[in-house]
Parts: sequence; structure tokens; C-alpha cells
Amino acid sequence: MQDSNFLQRLNSQRKQQRKGIWQFLHLDPQLLIALTMIIAFGLVIFTSASNDNHAMVYAQVSRIILAVVFMFVAAQISPSKYRVWIPWIYAIGILLLVIVLLVGHTGKGAQRWLGAGIFRFQPSELMKIAVPMMVAWFLGEKELPPKFSSLLISALLIIVPALLIAKQPDLGTALMIIFSGVGVILFAGMSWRLIGLLFALILLTMPILWFFMHAYQHNRVLTFLNPNRDPLGSGYHIIQSKIAIGSGGFFGKGWFNGTQSHLDFLPEHSTDFIFSVLGEEFGFFGALVLLILYLFVVGRSFRIAFSASDSFTRLMAASLALTFFLSVFVNIGMVSGILPVVGLPLPLVSYGGTSIVTLLTGFGILMSIHTHKSMLKGYL
Amino acid sequence: MPRREVFQDQPRLKRLFRKRLAVIVFFVLILALILLGRLFYLQVLQHPYYKTLSQDNSISLVPTPPTRGLIYDRNGVILAENLPAYSLEITPDKVKNLSKTITALGSIISLSDEDKSLFYKELRRKRSFDQLPIKMKLTPLEVAKFSVNRYRFPGVHIVAGLIRHYPFANDLVSVLGYVGRINERDLKTVDESNYAATNYIGKVGIEKYFENVLHGTVGYRQIEIDASGREVRTLSHTPAIAGNDIYLTIDSGLQEAALSAMKGDRGALVAIQPSSGQVLAMVSTPAYDPNLFVRGISTKDYQALHDSKEQPLFNRAIRGQFPFASTIKVFLALELLNGNFTTADYTIFDPGYYRINKHSRIFHDEAKHGFVDLEKAIEVSCDTYFYIMSLKMGITPIDNILTKFGFGQYTHIQMNEELPGLVATPKWKMKTQRERWYPGDTLNSSIGQGSMLTTPLRLASATATLSERGVRYQPTLLLRQVTPNSEVLNSPSVKVGTIKLKASAWQHVINGMIKVIKGKHGTAWRFGRDASYSVAAKTGTAQVYSLRGQKYVLANVPLHLRDNSMFIAFARVKNPKIAIAVAIQNKPNAPVVARKVLDYYLLKQQHLSLADKEKIPAHMQHSTFTFEKMALGGLNAG
Repeated sequence: MQDSNFLQRLNSQRKQQRKGIWQFLHLDPQLLIALTMIIAFGLVIFTSASNDNHAMVYAQVSRIILAVVFMFVAAQISPSKYRVWIPWIYAIGILLLVIVLLVGHTGKGAQRWLGAGIFRFQPSELMKIAVPMMVAWFLGEKELPPKFSSLLISALLIIVPALLIAKQPDLGTALMIIFSGVGVILFAGMSWRLIGLLFALILLTMPILWFFMHAYQHNRVLTFLNPNRDPLGSGYHIIQSKIAIGSGGFFGKGWFNGTQSHLDFLPEHSTDFIFSVLGEEFGFFGALVLLILYLFVVGRSFRIAFSASDSFTRLMAASLALTFFLSVFVNIGMVSGILPVVGLPLPLVSYGGTSIVTLLTGFGILMSIHTHKSMLKGYL
Repeated sequence: MPRREVFQDQPRLKRLFRKRLAVIVFFVLILALILLGRLFYLQVLQHPYYKTLSQDNSISLVPTPPTRGLIYDRNGVILAENLPAYSLEITPDKVKNLSKTITALGSIISLSDEDKSLFYKELRRKRSFDQLPIKMKLTPLEVAKFSVNRYRFPGVHIVAGLIRHYPFANDLVSVLGYVGRINERDLKTVDESNYAATNYIGKVGIEKYFENVLHGTVGYRQIEIDASGREVRTLSHTPAIAGNDIYLTIDSGLQEAALSAMKGDRGALVAIQPSSGQVLAMVSTPAYDPNLFVRGISTKDYQALHDSKEQPLFNRAIRGQFPFASTIKVFLALELLNGNFTTADYTIFDPGYYRINKHSRIFHDEAKHGFVDLEKAIEVSCDTYFYIMSLKMGITPIDNILTKFGFGQYTHIQMNEELPGLVATPKWKMKTQRERWYPGDTLNSSIGQGSMLTTPLRLASATATLSERGVRYQPTLLLRQVTPNSEVLNSPSVKVGTIKLKASAWQHVINGMIKVIKGKHGTAWRFGRDASYSVAAKTGTAQVYSLRGQKYVLANVPLHLRDNSMFIAFARVKNPKIAIAVAIQNKPNAPVVARKVLDYYLLKQQHLSLADKEKIPAHMQHSTFTFEKMALGGLNAG
């Protein structure tokens, strides 16, 4: 008995010690390992998807390094600091969105970028985490479930940036921001009745929304409903993507052996449609592995939210986790043909700097929530 | 930023949050399952379907054309060959404005309407990233012109390929026919997949008949292509198998000799080796250049050929159905003796005309021949003799002997265009003219002026049978085939049967035919008396137009209504080497032509190859001179 007691104690002591190091670094080892695996797997896919384009791979790696630095820094900052900074970050984000609309760079028919060269970035990506954090900040101090007035203000906080982004036009990101903002409200305990009402309202406003959409967005929706409507035009992406995924089979065609991507049948194969490359070259098995890694990250993030110490950090952590999952779901759903093509990257895998930096910064904030909480506990 | 402090019931908030979290986690799991299910559906359940689609995307079969078999004559002289040529091809996929591009091309390279219409027809048949020819066989000047302007025409290329060429041009078109651009109608007659890369197909003659032998088997390259249709690499390659080479029984030297002998005439000549049925020469004049058709003949040129009164496109040797004229008499004579309707020494008196009875119309003879027996009747071509004898035996034995020789039937030579000729019978007359057979019909038939028709080919074949005293061989143009593996497939002569007649019948008729040449009153004495070899022959003059008793004066009759001349002959009499039939329209030249051809074949035994072509004119000029002089002496062939 004593032996086992001793062992238990030793074990917990060792855990304490190990935890101590991570605690000191303000990092979460489980999240870190899972993210590293996703990024590593992502780079393997990316190398093939870019057709072994070294310049692109280096660019991607350097962005990842930058993003990891951001994550480490974000993890060091205590949630109390975020509590102070969030409104400013949000305000700056809104300002940048306005600037983008006025002077931004145009890429693929939409104004999304600011700056030049390596400093080119998309403010809309930043808003993907800034908006849920802002709503969490706002509701975190309120009596919950939120009152109707709080709900209205929250809705305003969500809709203003969403409209600015939709104007770029980038409907996909705008919708993502609405989803993640609404996610916070859900976590905050908004009544289910109200949620049902809201849902009905959205359904009713759909035709009005249709009226305000651009022709290419009409096309996307129609194509989603029937890709064969225009197989060489707007339906081409989704048809070729499904062929890529489906032809991969269970174990895939093998690394660099994907004909759909390497012979250019699959468009956007290093950005939005990179999951199709994975599906083609690594098959159902590869897709399953990536999906499990994503779910582990989401689960771990929810766990952090679950044990967070106050309303603000809880809501922030949960909404970051939900935003991350929704990004994954929308991208994979889009390339596999169950959602319309809205042009969203696959988190941590697709080519594109702003998205990776924003996402890892978000995970840095999650780690901060997790590690600072315990320290606070110690002091209390 | 100062903040209003709000009282928060922390444990309650925590419980509320955790409840919500549970619901959200549940939703997340459901969404994750939906994704997983979708991927399972695409990658496991639907995998075979998408695998096929993926392969259809990236793997393409490119057909490679087989090399068309060559055609040689019996001595190995090449008659149809494949020459490298440049064609202009368009990949529609890579051309922005097709009609504009074609118009622009037309300004540097002449494009006929047919070129364009063929291109648009092809366009419908092929996929847009296939290369389609718009003009075959560019001249070197056109190649140069296009090369300079190439930058203006993305998606247009010059492609090197092989094109059919007939070195003898006009001389052999009546045998070989020609190949032409393949069209949709042609494709229905062949296995379309085997013609995936083929631009030419045999249109007439040997080229058409042996199309499946000459064409070969298409090859395939399995290639990987990218999204823009560019070839990435070859995955596998099944080489095309060339067609068989064909050796014809034709003697190109003899063919050329016959053509030059018939220069300016409209007619046909067929020469057959009696001991085998092999066709040595087959000529129809005027001839035309088959190479025009290979290149894609212009509408203007084609109209000129088609509308010409000379009818060059009409192959008289196998499609020309001529009245026998007096050549029919030798076959009748055989039946007269064999059927005991008369004896060789039975003599009649010919006053120069014949009447069936007192009230009958007069059937004219060419001359008053006096006392005539069978051999003399052949020698002088005595109509009265055959009037009397044919009435004696009636039409049925005449029809029978003609049918035995194969008249009125297809020879089944290797030409699809052949026509059968006609053996007129009472039954036939009743059926087509709703009239019974009159004795006058028998009389007309007996001198070959009635409804009886024969092609020069059939007439030559029957003459060959006669020379072999009844041994019938299937007329053939095919000597042997040689496969791409140098395997020789000989085509042995086919014996159709033997016409069993009394030996004396053969002998007397052949004697009569010898007298046609050698006899003092022989109808071809003028043309053949000095021949250094033995010849048996029969002349014939077919009326194109009935003069109704008026005297026939050559100069008074319009050209197209003048008499046709017919001639059959074989030589040598013992051990015959060649049997020929000649038909010349509206001219009495048939015996002259025949003599030249026989001279060439029997006296110039060494057959001239193409390289020796220069020597022919000197020899031919000499003989032409002598025969022309003789021809001036007057003609009285009947």
C-alpha cells in the first residue's frame, strides 16, 4: 500500500515538474504536438500540391515560423492584457477593413490585401479571431444569458465587420465571421427559442440576400446545387475536386502521384483545394488522419474552455475552437461538394500567410488562457 | 478603459456554459461525422467511378496511322507508293477564332471550298483538341509561305506524313483507281476505330477492293495529358502494323504500250494470260491522273472530268457494255459444230443480203461473199452465213454457249465497279420489253448487233478460254501479297471449269480465226499478215446508229455516231501467251491497237522497267508509222 502511495506521489510529482516547464513556457504540450503534426502533414501535402515549387515551400515555411513566433508571444501575454487590448484590436481591424475597401490590392476580383511583399496581409483573416474575441469580451462582463440589448450590441459587433468584408467581396469569410460571432452568443447562453427565431429570420432573408449577391456568387450557389450545370465553367472546380478525392480511394495514389493536381485538372490546388490533393494522394486514410488531428485540436481547445476560470476566457477559448472547427468543416465540405464553393482556406495547410499567423496566434491565446489560469489559482 | 462591474454568479455561469458546450460538442461531432461519411462515400463507395473519370481526364489514346501497302506490277515495278508530304493541320482547341483563322490562312495558302467543308465535317467527328488536316500535300512554296507567317497562327501546324503517289499517273488508273480523303460515308463501310488516324481510303479500283489488305492496323500511343491537352509523357505504345504490299498481274510495260497505242481513242483494252487468267493489261481511255484525287481535287477540275464528253471517269474495261459485233460469231460457230447444226464443209451461197421469207425485210451483209463454209464465214465475217445458221439452231443454243463462256455474268475480278454485260434471251425480252422473241432478234444477235452486250474484260476472258480450248480461268489482278513480315501469300490461278466441246469444233473455229489474219480475204489481213508470230483473231464493227439502208460513208457520219470497232485475238496459236479484247468507240482502230500490243508483248519479251521508259517511243514510233500507213489503205472490218 505504502509503495503504491509512494509511486502515486512520485508520479504526480513528476507530472507537476513536467507541467511546471510547460507552465513556465506558457505552452500546452497536447495542443502543441497536435498542431505540429497538422503543420508537418500539411507541409508534406503542400510540397506535392505546389509541384515541388521550392520558392513556394520556403515562403510557406517562413510564414509558419513567423506564425509560431506569434503563437509563442501570444501565449506569454496574460488574459487580463487581452481583456484590455481586444477592443483596440477590434477597432484597428475595422479601420483596416475600411482602408482595404478604399486602397486595397485587388486579387482575383476582390480587394482583400493590404501592404506589399512579405507584409501583404488580409485584415479579414485577422477579423476571423478578432470578432469572436470582441463578442466574448463584451458578453464576458455581462449577466448571462445575455439580455436582449446585449444581444443587439453583439449582433452589431458582428455585422459591421461582416458587411465590410462582404463588400470586398468575400462572402465566405463574412459568413465565417458571422458563424464564429454567433457561436460566442450560443456559448453565452442565448435562449434556444431566440436562436430558432433567428434561424427562421435568416431563412426569410435569404431571397433578399440573393438579391444583393454578385453574379459570380449566384453562379457559385447554382453550381453547388448542380455542378454539371456548367461543367467547364463554374462547375469545373467542384467536379474536378470530387474526381481528385474520389479517385484517391482508400490509401490514395501516393505522394506526388496525383494526376488531378499534377496535370492541372484541379484548380487552386495549393490554396483552397489543397484538401483534394490530400484526398487524391493519401486517400481516405490520409483524410481520416488529418480529420482526427483537427478534431483532437478542437477537443483540446474545448477542454481548455471547459476549465477556464472566468466567463470572458471561457467564451473566448470556446469561440476560437469553434471558429477553427467551422473553418475546417466549411473547407472540406466545399471541396467534397456538400457546401457551395466559398473560397476559404484549409486551416494550417493551405498556402497563405495571414490565415496561418492568425490561427496560431489564436492557439497562442488559448495556451495563455490555459497556463495563466493555473498561475492565478496558485496566487489566490 | 474603465468598466462597469457587473455581479456574476460564477458557478451558475459555469454550469450554463458547460451545458452549452456539451450541445456544441455534440453538433461538432455530428458535422465531423457528416464530413467523414461524405469522404467515405466519395473515396470508398464511389471510388471506381471517380477512378475512371480521373483516368479519362489524364490518359488519352492517340492513334498512329499504319503505312499503306505498296502496289507493284508483276515484274516488281512500283505502281503506287507513299511519298513524304506536308499537310496543314489545325488544333481547334488552341485557335481563338476558327473561321477568322481559316480566312487568314486562305490568304497565304489557297484553300478550296472542299478543303474547308471537309475540315468542318471532320471537326464534328473529332474532339476539339485533336489535330485536323485542312490542306493535304502542301507545295514547297506553301510550306515556306506558312513558315514565315507561322507566328500569326497559334494552333496551326505543318505535319509531315505520307501521301499516296502514282508514278504512272494516267497509265494505270483504270486498274489501281485511287485513294482520296476519307469521308463519313466511307467510314460507315469500315471499322471506324481502325481508321482513327487515317486520312485516306481507297475510292475505286484496286485501292478500294483491297482496302482492308492495304490499309493495315492502326497503332495506339497511350499518353498522359495535362488539363490543357498537352502531352506529358507516353505511357505505352502499340505500334501500327503496315498493310500488305500487293503484286498485281499487270505488266506495266504492256499497259503503257496499250495506252500509247490508244492515244486519242475512246475505248478499252484487256489482255489476259490464257493459261492462268491473269490480267496483263487493262486500259480505258481517255485516262485521268489519279494523283489529282489524292491531293483533294478542286471542284472545277472534278466538274471538268465529270462533264467531259470523253467520259474519262468511266472505266470502259469493266463497265463499258459493248455490243459484240462480229466477235460473237466465233462463239456461235463453236456451238454450230458442237451441236451438229452444220458441218465444217457445209457451204451456203451469199448474195450479199438475206431474207427470212419473201415478206421479210432485207438483212444486209457487207459484201457478196459467194460460196461460204464455216472457216470462210469467220475469215470474211460473213453475216449471211450466220443469219442462215442462227435461224437453223434458234436462240437457245446461242444463249447457252454464251453463258458457258461466262457472258452476261460478273467475272468477279477484284474491282467493285464491274458490270456483267448481257445475254439476251426470250425470257429476258418478255420481262423487260413485254414482247416475244422474233426470228429477227435471233438474226441480229447472230452478228452481235442485237441486245447482247459484253465488257471488254469478259470478252478478253472468253477469248482466253477459247485459246485454251475450253479451260476457263477466273480473271484475276492479284499475283501475290507480301505481309509486313515479308511473308509471301501467293494467289494461285483459279480454274472455273472446262467447256467440253468436240475437238474438231475448237480446231475449225481457230482455223477460221487464223485466216482472219493470214487469209487472203481475212478481215484483219491488212494488219496482221506480216506478223512474225501466229495469231488467231476476229474483228467486229458495231453500228452505233442504224443507217436504214443508206451507204455508210465514214466522213458523212458525226463522230459520236460512227461505228465502234471490236477486236479479239490470241497469240501464239499453239501455246497461247496472251489473249486480248479491244473496243474502240466510233473509230475503226481496234485491230491496229491490238497489233501494236501483241507486237510489244511477243516481240519485246524483256519487259521494260520504268528506267528504260525512254526507249519506248523510238520503238513505238517505228511501228506506228507502218501501221498508220496500212490503216490509210482503208477499212472493211465486219
